[in-house]
Parts: sequence; structure tokens; C-alpha cells
Amino acid sequence: MKKMDKMAGYVFLIPWLLGFLLLTLIPLAYSFYYSLTNFNLLSDPSFIGFSNYVKMFTRDFHFLNAVRVTFVYVFVSVPLQLLFSLILAFALNKGIPFLSAFRAIYYIPSLLGGSVAIAILWRQVFGMDGILNMLFRALGLTSISNISWIADPRFAVWSLIILRVWQFGSPMIIFLAGIKQIPNELLEAGAIDGATRMKQTTRIILPMMTPIILFNVIMQIVSAFKVFTEAYIISGGNGGVLDSLLFYTLHIYNEGFSKMRMGYASALSWILLLIIALITLLSFKAFSKHVQYH
Amino acid sequence: MIRDSKTVRIIRTALVSVIALVLIYPLVWMVVSSFKPEDLIFKDLSLIPRQLTLENYAIGWLSSGRVTFTTYFYNSILISVLAVIGNILSCSLVAYSFARLEYRGRKLFFSLMLMTMMLPVHATIVPQFAYFHKMGWVDTILPIVIPKFLATDAFFIFLIVQFYRGIPRDLDEAAIVDGCNHYSVFYRILLPLAAPALITTTIFTFMWTWNDFFTQIIYLRTPTSYTATLGLRMFIDRQALSQYGAMFAMSTLSIVPILVLFVTFQRLLIEGVATSGIKG
Repeated sequence: MKKMDKMAGYVFLIPWLLGFLLLTLIPLAYSFYYSLTNFNLLSDPSFIGFSNYVKMFTRDFHFLNAVRVTFVYVFVSVPLQLLFSLILAFALNKGIPFLSAFRAIYYIPSLLGGSVAIAILWRQVFGMDGILNMLFRALGLTSISNISWIADPRFAVWSLIILRVWQFGSPMIIFLAGIKQIPNELLEAGAIDGATRMKQTTRIILPMMTPIILFNVIMQIVSAFKVFTEAYIISGGNGGVLDSLLFYTLHIYNEGFSKMRMGYASALSWILLLIIALITLLSFKAFSKHVQYH
Repeated sequence: MIRDSKTVRIIRTALVSVIALVLIYPLVWMVVSSFKPEDLIFKDLSLIPRQLTLENYAIGWLSSGRVTFTTYFYNSILISVLAVIGNILSCSLVAYSFARLEYRGRKLFFSLMLMTMMLPVHATIVPQFAYFHKMGWVDTILPIVIPKFLATDAFFIFLIVQFYRGIPRDLDEAAIVDGCNHYSVFYRILLPLAAPALITTTIFTFMWTWNDFFTQIIYLRTPTSYTATLGLRMFIDRQALSQYGAMFAMSTLSIVPILVLFVTFQRLLIEGVATSGIKG
């Protein structure tokens, strides 16, 4: 019986073990090796040391543009999105008629947000003749209605920021579930001790929710760094005017799969991996002082 | 609890409703516009079309002419259905191993599995592509579908593990006393009881694969193997501004399966998001 137990554990694990080895671990090691080579798939990789990494920081101005665009996007859109979802979670929690209908409507953008269909819609909404400009014209704001919000490098990234904020539904649902788990006695005890509504929120509800907030922050930051579909479709695949929509993953795709510079693309991927790992770690650190587990 | 006054409640409901309208407006506008004659789309903000036509659908469906959306939708459905089968089979098996069985290395494997959830696909895509290229799999559905049979979507393993853990162990122990081995405990007891988690896995896998763009654009190279998302992209590549009607029509069709699934399984999906933090 005992012996069979041990074997069974591994037998059930086989699919994952194979997948982890063949599709994660070995490719990860190869990806690092490729990042030290010149590799175009047709001939064997030739070792060039850290040249790809040096090139990135010294000769590839697209790389610096991509880093800038992506960082602006991530660190503007994620806080806005989470703030919005937190506020609406509180509003919905206070009791509202047709709660489940509102929850569903708020969730639909999260459901569809990453699709090509929505990216195409966004191209239209923020384009020269899009909904936004039609609205401005209808309101008589003609002076700002002749701007293509996706082609103008000053504003292009904002169409994608708005697209992410638009998808606040899924973190909102997670927040809402978190608020509901806070025991009512705790809030009542606070009220008896004279806590105002504001104090209840800042002193009881928010501290109790720090693990959930941390979870959402990390998940959204990681997913924001990986944005690809919207950037590709809205910029037409080329990264937009003056690289204003050259998101990091789009740069990886263009280098690796359009120009077939696979060694260089691997180096770019490793930098992305390090950035994501570092940010995850820092978020844990920043929150660990405040996180309360219950 | 401090009760709100009636005015506060009315204002709050009004605000929540206005936000819902603003959120959903562009989507409804796109669906309505797909039924408008092309030249009216860019002049009309209203959600009630003055003229209805199916022309956009006819033009859009034909796509490039040689290959139509019949092919693209067929490929999308094929890939998504196979991905679902792969994920259900592999993730439910692996989750059983993590949730119920004792063996050396389990904790390590489990934390490695959790770490892969954070790993960006870009970190492995180049070697995987080189690999599949060598095997002659590029431009087939295999590089997209086969990984699902190898439990690479760690999110679903985690989801099912959590669900199994909520099933009382007494059930499996009683079955083992009655002479069941682990294979039949898994198949006869845990699997049927985990139906809600398996349905959640099915729906999210279907939707994610249906919407996936990155892997599809990398592996599917010729129009006959294109999916609906790649078919839509072709409109963009042609830079044809005059084709917005056709684009909206096919975009609308491409989100119909997602919306139907959502409306049908709404409660289960929202619970899935609330309890496991799956992103939609």
C-alpha cells in the first residue's frame, strides 16, 4: 500500500513533470544561452558573450523607447485601475439594487479586453474619426476634435492606459469578495468605539485587505508588462509614430520573429524576466510590513 | 453598521449606473455599427441604427477571398476545444497528485509550479519556437495544443488543487478501505465532485485560447491555418480604413462565443474570479 502511494504520486504528476522540463526549464536555460549568441534559426547559434546586452543599452534606441513606454503604461494604468476598482467595490458593497447585473456589466470589459476585436474597436474609438472625436464635435469642442489620439505620439499611450483602466472589473470582483469577508462584529465594535465611516475604512477595512491588495497589485503589474495584442493591433504592428506604442513585448516580437534576431530577442526576454521578478519581490517587501494575515 | 441616508443611496446608484453605461457604450456601439451601412458608421453616435444591413457581414466573412472566415472560425474552434480537453485531462490529474498524495519532492514541485504562473511566456518562446521548428510543427496547431496536455497552465492546476482540498478526505479513505486504489479514487470520487472547478477550467481555457493572439501569430503562418483573431488582424494589415464595417462585423462575431459562455455560466465565472483571482 505505502509503496503504491509513492509511485502513484509521480504517475499523476507525469504530465506536469514533462511539461515543466520540456517546455519551461530546458527552454529557459536555452533562452539564456541564446541570449549570448547570434542566432537566426537558419544557422547554428554563434557565441558572442554579452554583446546583445551591451547593444541593448548602448546602440538600440528602440529598446530605451520600449522601456520608457512600457514603464509609463504600467505605472500609470495599474494604480488608476486598482484605485477605480477599489472605489467601486466599496460602492457596490454598500448595497445597490441589481447588484449582480452591475457586477456582470463591470466584468464584461475584463472578459473581452485582451481580444483583437476590442483592440480594433479601440483603434476606431481613439482614431481621427472615432467616437471620441465625434463626441467632442457634438459638444462643440472642435479645437481638440482633429487629433488622432492613437497616431499622435503625445497621447498614443493613453489610449492603452484607458483600455486597461476600462478592465477594472476583475480586480473589483476580487476586492468585493475581500470586503465581504471582513467580520461585521469588527466594524460594529469600531462603530461603538466611535469610529466614523472614514476611520472604519482606513483603520479596519483597508488594513484587513492588504493581502488582497498586494495580490491584485502583483497580478496586474505582471499582466501589464506582458501587454501585446492591443499594442500590436492599435499600432498596426510597427510600434506607432516615434515608437509611441512600442511596448516591450512588441519589441521582442519584432526583433525575434520579424527580423529573426533570436539571440537578441532572448536577451530582451531575460531583461523582462528580471524586471518582473524584481518588481514582484519589491512588492512583497513593500507590503510585508503592513500585511496582516488572518 | 451606519445606515446611509436615502439621498446618498440614490446618488450612489445613479453614479454606478452612469459608469456602467460609459463602460458598455463603445461595445454596444460597435455591435450596432456592424449592422449600419459603411458610410453611416463614422457619422453616427447613436445606438439605434436608422438603416439596417447585413452587407458588412457578407463582405467581412469573405475576408481575403481565397480563404474565408469559415476556415478561421473552424481553426479557432478546433484549437480551443483541443486546448480545453488537454487542460482538463492534465490539470485534474496533476492536481490530484498535489492535493492528495504524499511523496518526496512534492512541496518543491508545488512551489515550482506556482512560480511558473509568474513566468512570462516570452522567456521561453524563442527556444520553444526553435524546437517546434525543428520538428516541423510550425504552421500546425500542435505547438499551441500539445502544451495544454502537459499541464502548462499552472493557474488551473492551482484552482483544482484548491477545490480538491475542500473535499473531505474521509471520502477517499472510505473508498480505499473498500478496496479502491488511487486511480479509481481519482476517477470515481474526486473528479465527479470537482465538476464546478472543471467547468470553470473549461470556460476560461476556451476563452483564453479563443482570444489568444501572441502564440497564434507566432506559430500560424499561412492563411489556411489562421484563426479568427489572425483573420481579424488581416484587416489591420491591409490598412483599409474603408473596411470598418466589415471589421466590426467580424469582431462582433468573434466575441459572440465569449459572451454566450459568460451569460450562461455567469455565476460560476464570477465566483471563480472572486475566490481564485483568475483574470478574465
